[in-house]
Amino acid sequence: MVKVTFIEFSGEVRPVEAPAGNTLMQAAMDNMVPGIDADCGGSCACGTCHVIVDPAWFARTGSGDEMEEAMLAMRPDRCPTSRLACQITLSDELDGLVVRLPEHQM
Amino acid sequence: MNQSPRVHSGPLQDPHGTPLEELDVSDPRLFETDAWRPYFERLRREDPVHYLADSPFGAFWSVTKFNDIVHVDTHHQVFSSSPTIVIGDLTEEMKFDNFIFMDPPKHDVQRAAVQPVVAPANLAKLEPVIRERAGRILDALPVGDEFDWVDRVSIELTTQMLATLFDFPFEDRRKLTRWSDLAVATPELAGAMLVTQQERITGLQECLATFSQLWQERLGREPGYDLISLLQASEHTRDMVHQPMEFLGNLLLLIVGGNDTTRNSITGGVLALNKNPAEYAKLRGNPGLIPGMVSEIIRWQTPLAHMRRRAKEDTELGGKRIRAEDKVVMWYVSGNRDDSVIERADEFIIDRPKARHHLSFGFGIHRCMGNRLAEMQLRIVWEEIMKRFRFVEVVGEPVRVRSNFVKGYESLPVRLHAA
Repeated sequence: MVKVTFIEFSGEVRPVEAPAGNTLMQAAMDNMVPGIDADCGGSCACGTCHVIVDPAWFARTGSGDEMEEAMLAMRPDRCPTSRLACQITLSDELDGLVVRLPEHQM
Repeated sequence: MNQSPRVHSGPLQDPHGTPLEELDVSDPRLFETDAWRPYFERLRREDPVHYLADSPFGAFWSVTKFNDIVHVDTHHQVFSSSPTIVIGDLTEEMKFDNFIFMDPPKHDVQRAAVQPVVAPANLAKLEPVIRERAGRILDALPVGDEFDWVDRVSIELTTQMLATLFDFPFEDRRKLTRWSDLAVATPELAGAMLVTQQERITGLQECLATFSQLWQERLGREPGYDLISLLQASEHTRDMVHQPMEFLGNLLLLIVGGNDTTRNSITGGVLALNKNPAEYAKLRGNPGLIPGMVSEIIRWQTPLAHMRRRAKEDTELGGKRIRAEDKVVMWYVSGNRDDSVIERADEFIIDRPKARHHLSFGFGIHRCMGNRLAEMQLRIVWEEIMKRFRFVEVVGEPVRVRSNFVKGYESLPVRLHAA
């Protein structure tokens, strides 16, 4: 299992565990983490699973592909370490991952 | 140019007996008569990516399944939104330009300039205004007598909201409705002539003139959260008034986008609940179900039945070879009933899981910018309805719009029962 910490906009900390191979989005949905809407069900098509990866972890997650970039570009609250959670696949390498949730999904 | 565009006429095609290669789902009368379901069911089952060689709109591909539609919507480098996103082709007379018809990079720049009008902070400011107006409209309705819900509630509420977004003179707000209707009222766009071409041109010129004047009046004023202020404040759009077709196009985009879609979802919700009394009972028992119900209403209604793209290169979809320059039509109305993705897709279930997983707002870079505003309006309307009325009873048949694009209602007779 991979440990992930979601930090809600309010500051509330939500540690979860998810199987390697699941996406970060699935981990949030399965653990009822509020603040991720996932309207397209994980197809990199809606931008509503926007998360901000903790800078210390960004080297390991990396940035997304062209399609993900196109969706992130539409977000006015986009940060340098922004990602779409549906495009991050959890692995042992990401054990301990920390991400912040934006105030709103759009 | 005196040639009238071809329109669909004669009896409706038999959905089962018509040879597959002749099946034409672009007939706007299918939506007017609510007959569309079996045509799309057949295509999803027998020919999900379906080519029709000839129609009043020329040749086009119909994409009818959910996942194929998502593929087209998210591959904007292959499937362009120019020159237009409706199935018909623009005539010479009124070729407006706006960012729904554009590809990156220009699309991104213009959308970014306009998007702040629906930023979460702005929506939070709008919420009490919407609630107060919804309350006032609902309080003024007759209880016990029959009236037209479309006119007294759906149109009135969305028009007021639109006037707010534009900071438009409140007493003239019904002009916004008129211009919205004119924008989509032609055979080229909708499959039927709903007004004369001249009426349309004159009306839209009036729209342009009115907003050009508002633009002049607002120059140098303190920037607000209304659309014109935002366009003036952004360096990429502050000269847009000098590009009349682009200015008119973007105005119409927001007027149409924010007008009949929300209007028809408000009406659609009333109809859906009446057709499904067990769901209405669920709602009465638990108004906490409203947010999920709003998504389900938007899915069930699918206020815009399709969106069209132009293939920029040869490509493959669903085992078919699409050629460069082919017209490709995503039928959101069909994808939203695709039971390979959505369980019991033809049913209206107000507490269905994953209610937000639908096509009505589209996906990809053109995904509806106003989606949260629409949801907020619907949520507030239903909260206020449930406080006041136990039953919004439909007492007659709806009259539906003759259009293959705007899927909506001209009228819906109702009678109210107090809480």
